[in-house]
Amino acid sequence: MLESKRKKHAKPRREAKRNGILQAGRKAPNFSLNTTPDQKVSLHDFHGRPVVLVFYPADWSPVCTDQLSLYNEIMSEFKKFNAEILAISVDGIWSHLAFSKDRKLTFPLLSDFEPKGRVSQAYGVYKNGIGECGRALFVVDDRGIIAWSYLSPDGVNPGADGILSALENLNNKNRS
Amino acid sequence: MSQSKTATKTAKKTRHPNAAVGEYESPKLLIPVTIERDHIEGLSNAPLTLVEYGDYQCPYCGAAYPEVKKVQKELGSKLRFVFRNFPITSSHEFAEHAAEIAEAAGAQDKFWEMHDFLYEHQELLGDDNSIFAYAEKLGLDVQRLAKEVMNGVYLNRIREDFNGGIRSGVNGTPTFYINGTRYNGPPIAQDLLETLRSTK
Repeated sequence: MLESKRKKHAKPRREAKRNGILQAGRKAPNFSLNTTPDQKVSLHDFHGRPVVLVFYPADWSPVCTDQLSLYNEIMSEFKKFNAEILAISVDGIWSHLAFSKDRKLTFPLLSDFEPKGRVSQAYGVYKNGIGECGRALFVVDDRGIIAWSYLSPDGVNPGADGILSALENLNNKNRS
Repeated sequence: MSQSKTATKTAKKTRHPNAAVGEYESPKLLIPVTIERDHIEGLSNAPLTLVEYGDYQCPYCGAAYPEVKKVQKELGSKLRFVFRNFPITSSHEFAEHAAEIAEAAGAQDKFWEMHDFLYEHQELLGDDNSIFAYAEKLGLDVQRLAKEVMNGVYLNRIREDFNGGIRSGVNGTPTFYINGTRYNGPPIAQDLLETLRSTK
């Protein structure tokens, strides 16, 4: 049982290493990460709703700050699609808490801290040698399947247009 | 032959890491500039258009303000400059209010005067007395301006600017578009000029 569980979790990591960022159509690897010292958030928690995963390199760095402030500002747009937004970096939980408070962020920051970068690796966005994840976006549909993924070039803030288009496409697909 | 080889090499080098989404293509301005709606500085038929999505309280926009002035001075009649609102209200408590004041001044044909004043005096944001004193100096009907701001007359327009910006890929402030394509370089006159000059 344990063995099969381990295999199930190991597979996406191996494929991610070979192929880079996980692409649309793949099952989004589940995770359970701390958002406060005593509170964990799992992807499973949001089954039945679309989830936007925002991988970003580091708390406090200028581009990330712009990017997350922007998402904070347009939470009402994400809510129109009943979508949850989860931001993930390898920063520790105390950095996340201070950063979130400083920027008045209203969505959770998840800490991919221990084992470092495991979730980022599973999604194929961990940068070996740098020790951070890339600036990557995923829209996961209500069944836990990746509907859209995007890895932004370094230093380019990807904005929100791609996310909103992906959520819109999901909506249209569900309707038809 | 050797030239095309170099081109292929460069293309490979700059290939976007996410192969599925193809080459990196900078987002396009989805809301076209129109004389009827936009605040335009410069000749309306100028061959180059620089659009800024900005926030009056953003320090980076404040720093970009004199850079845009330099670009305008350098390019003269070849350039028209357009300003659209993109207030990040959760970080900047006075940004939307300042945008409303500029729009209200615009309704009395003094948009650019107020826009420039706000960027030149970012430290005054939140101090309406000082800003309204300037409005008076400009010869504006301050009572009308204050009433329109209080009633949120321009909030819809500001939201429209903001939402259009989001869909066009505005990713923070300031974000610039040069002839309809998002400019991803630093908001410095020299770099802006370089891109503008190479734009056809």
